[in-house]
Amino acid sequence: MNRYPVWKNLIVVISLLIGLLYTLPNFFGESPAIQISPLRITAETGTTLLQKIEETLKKHGIDTNGAIVEGNSIKVRFTDTDIQIKARDILQSELGADYIVALNLIPNSPQWLTSIGALPMYLGLDLRGGVHFMLEVDMNGALSKSLDRYSADIRSNLRELRIPSAGLDRDNSQLVIKFRDEQSRSKAETELKKLYADLELRTQDTDRDFRLLATVKPDAHTRMQSAALQQNITTLRNRINELGVAEPIIQQAGSDRVIVQLPGVQDTAKAKDILGRTATLEIRMVDDESDLETALQGQVPFGAELFTERGGNPLLVKKQVLLTGDRITDAQPGFDSDNQPAVHVTLDSNGARIFKQLTRANVGKRMAILLVEKNHSEVITAPVIREEIGGGRVQISGRMSSTEARDVALLLRAGALAAPMEIIEERTVGPSLGADNISRGFNSTLFGFLAVALFIMLYYQAFGVISVLALSANLLLLISLLSILQATLTLPGMAAIALTLGMAIDANILINERIREELRSGVSPHIAINAGYERAFGTILDSNITTLIAGIALFAFGSGPVKGFAVVLCLGILTSVFSAVTISRAMVNLIYGNQRKLEKISIGAVWKPKTSKRS
Amino acid sequence: MEFFRFERDIPFMSWGKYTTTISVITFVLAIFFLSTRGLNLGVDFTGGTVLEVSYSQPADLGAIRSVLNTLEITDVSVQNFGSSRDVLIRLPAKHELSSTKLSEFVIDALKNADHTIEIRRIEFVGPQVGQELLENGALALLFVSLGIVAYLAVRFEWKFGVAGIIANFHDVIIILGFFAYFQWEFSLTVLAAVLAILGYSVNESVVIFDRIRENFRKLRKAPVTQVIDNAITRTMSRTIITHGSTQMVVIAMLLFGGEALYYFALALTIGILFGIYSSTLVASPILMLLGVKREDLVKPEKKQQEEALP
Repeated sequence: MNRYPVWKNLIVVISLLIGLLYTLPNFFGESPAIQISPLRITAETGTTLLQKIEETLKKHGIDTNGAIVEGNSIKVRFTDTDIQIKARDILQSELGADYIVALNLIPNSPQWLTSIGALPMYLGLDLRGGVHFMLEVDMNGALSKSLDRYSADIRSNLRELRIPSAGLDRDNSQLVIKFRDEQSRSKAETELKKLYADLELRTQDTDRDFRLLATVKPDAHTRMQSAALQQNITTLRNRINELGVAEPIIQQAGSDRVIVQLPGVQDTAKAKDILGRTATLEIRMVDDESDLETALQGQVPFGAELFTERGGNPLLVKKQVLLTGDRITDAQPGFDSDNQPAVHVTLDSNGARIFKQLTRANVGKRMAILLVEKNHSEVITAPVIREEIGGGRVQISGRMSSTEARDVALLLRAGALAAPMEIIEERTVGPSLGADNISRGFNSTLFGFLAVALFIMLYYQAFGVISVLALSANLLLLISLLSILQATLTLPGMAAIALTLGMAIDANILINERIREELRSGVSPHIAINAGYERAFGTILDSNITTLIAGIALFAFGSGPVKGFAVVLCLGILTSVFSAVTISRAMVNLIYGNQRKLEKISIGAVWKPKTSKRS
Repeated sequence: MEFFRFERDIPFMSWGKYTTTISVITFVLAIFFLSTRGLNLGVDFTGGTVLEVSYSQPADLGAIRSVLNTLEITDVSVQNFGSSRDVLIRLPAKHELSSTKLSEFVIDALKNADHTIEIRRIEFVGPQVGQELLENGALALLFVSLGIVAYLAVRFEWKFGVAGIIANFHDVIIILGFFAYFQWEFSLTVLAAVLAILGYSVNESVVIFDRIRENFRKLRKAPVTQVIDNAITRTMSRTIITHGSTQMVVIAMLLFGGEALYYFALALTIGILFGIYSSTLVASPILMLLGVKREDLVKPEKKQQEEALP
């Protein structure tokens, strides 16, 4: 009866092998590396970039421990952090602004392990050090910004349509348009309804004037909110790319929040500065009259600035700003009438009017579109104005590939934040604390495990050894599961690993105590083993399910580090039931299953009471 | 080796009066401290800023305080953390200054005063986030409690669910009472420990309940008290050994886990100790009080015939 069918043994063996395989990468450690990824889609990638990097490093006499191409980016491994930092500085200056050169750690595990997806556990910020931010988008700010835009647009619409109005005010979240007579109001209502599908219009009469109340429709409002959030995320991503972070996480949390995690970043001041920065777009005229050569020699004419266009050509741009980026409502990549890649920019009505005047006055000249961020301006593109452009739809084309068009559209859209953002949570962990936390978590687990193992082996002898082996298998499976799922391991998560070990032994104790009890009542060892496992199973299941309920609740309602605790707790329960029941039984069966006449089993002294038991 | 050699069942149920009195007293005391002293909520729940910095020499707390005073930041707590070289600085949530700027501001000033300073940790939680974390914590507590009652009610019977959850609330309140009395910091990790205890401690009750059910089937003639006494006595050895094993791990955490896991491990320790007590001596008397009967668990023969029908 104490024998497993082949398939059950096979399951045990296979699960242990898989466990071992996926736990392996955790033993190899990590080595310092540099990750080079292209900032723009147009930049070179793959083997050409790899060659360039290898040549550059060779020229400067820096030894690498090999480089790999991974997707778009290239990772170069080094022996120590000094070389790593030196190489970073060299590559940064040699490759220029088209690439992100970031410090990173890459696992040392052999290639064949990586290729089957066996990676070390993914460490949380409290273990590897880094910055965690939660930003909240000020949706009221976004709404008021858009209402301002609507009011300016409506004002100029009414002027163009020659509808007389007695003023336009903003009252909290609605616009109040006043008219002197009912006729002009009804005319305005029909016209505005055609123009603005997103606005809800209502009429209101007071004793002095006839009013039209405009509010943003609820569905338009939610659309606007999610668009604002998306744009902010895009902007953040672009900015973080500048920071040179190897594996940043930027994700939406709820309807108005963004979580930014920057592993390995120590300079929080710089990170905050970059995240909080407001970028704007500017349209200025190119100064083609002045001499570029003298300007390049350092004599920049008065009223102009020297810039380098993307692609490397120097350019003189006038200082006067004609139009700013907040007039841009949308920018999309597309094609022009000659089927050449282009960017279609939509301006709001005020912007359209300014742009019309500007283009009429400057046909044949070049204008420059600049992205202006703190201390840094960049000419995105400098097209020639061919004709007067009205209607607020601007097409930027010429000498552009379709990927460049996409980049420019993204930059135009993402140059500025759609709505102001505020940091509402920050957690920064320095690298030394991260390393300390790892050793603390590790030591707690190690010494906890040793203490329990020693005690259980003394107390239950052979069955104790089996229990401890099952517990080790549990640890192995848990770590491999965490590695496979790449769940974030935090310090509370490491505490949960230790705690799981302490709790998992419960199942084996239940079984062993049951077997002792059966032996006490005088049944033969084989029957006692079988009954012990059978009867304990129901109890084990019940007690683990209650803990699982707690784990799931923690996962659902917890945040950050607590979530990490919950994940490990839940996974630990699953692996512990399997290892305590199935794996330990397999071992027991292996040892005792083939002994037909089993007189005695080694489960420690089974004390029998002198008085006979009732049951 | 065998520690527990019980000749006969221990009459736990006859002690019901005393144990219930003890429980009620500790419970009332815990509630008293919770209401008078309140929990010392950590920055996770109150909002504010915590800075952990480390110096190369033992830190001069007075000097740090005077630096902060020159910045006109009041209501700051500066204390050693772990060792004499590590310092923990707590700044309250300030309205006039953007809180993320506040930490930068303080760090710059401290760096000017002493270059050897190393930033170990910065935690800033906005007041709105703190409020949310508190609400989510309460929701999690509620969810776990309801989930466990429901599970026990389905698996056993409603009386078991109620008895189990009361026993465990008793543990949770006592843990909170300790945290209130000693004014230990109650952080997000401690909350995780409390919830884990809620799940873990129910294990204990479940093991005993399982045995009670089995005994109801086996000891057909025995009165309810004897059934329960026998169940507790016979699971006693397992109870002590299991909790002992878990406690060994928790002790390892207390010793090696550092400051970050200290209160987490402390909450677990209290939970484990009271868990043993409550599941044996609180849950079962409540079960008696609720009038548990053999028929609650062992279904009469008629029932089986009904089930046989399609």
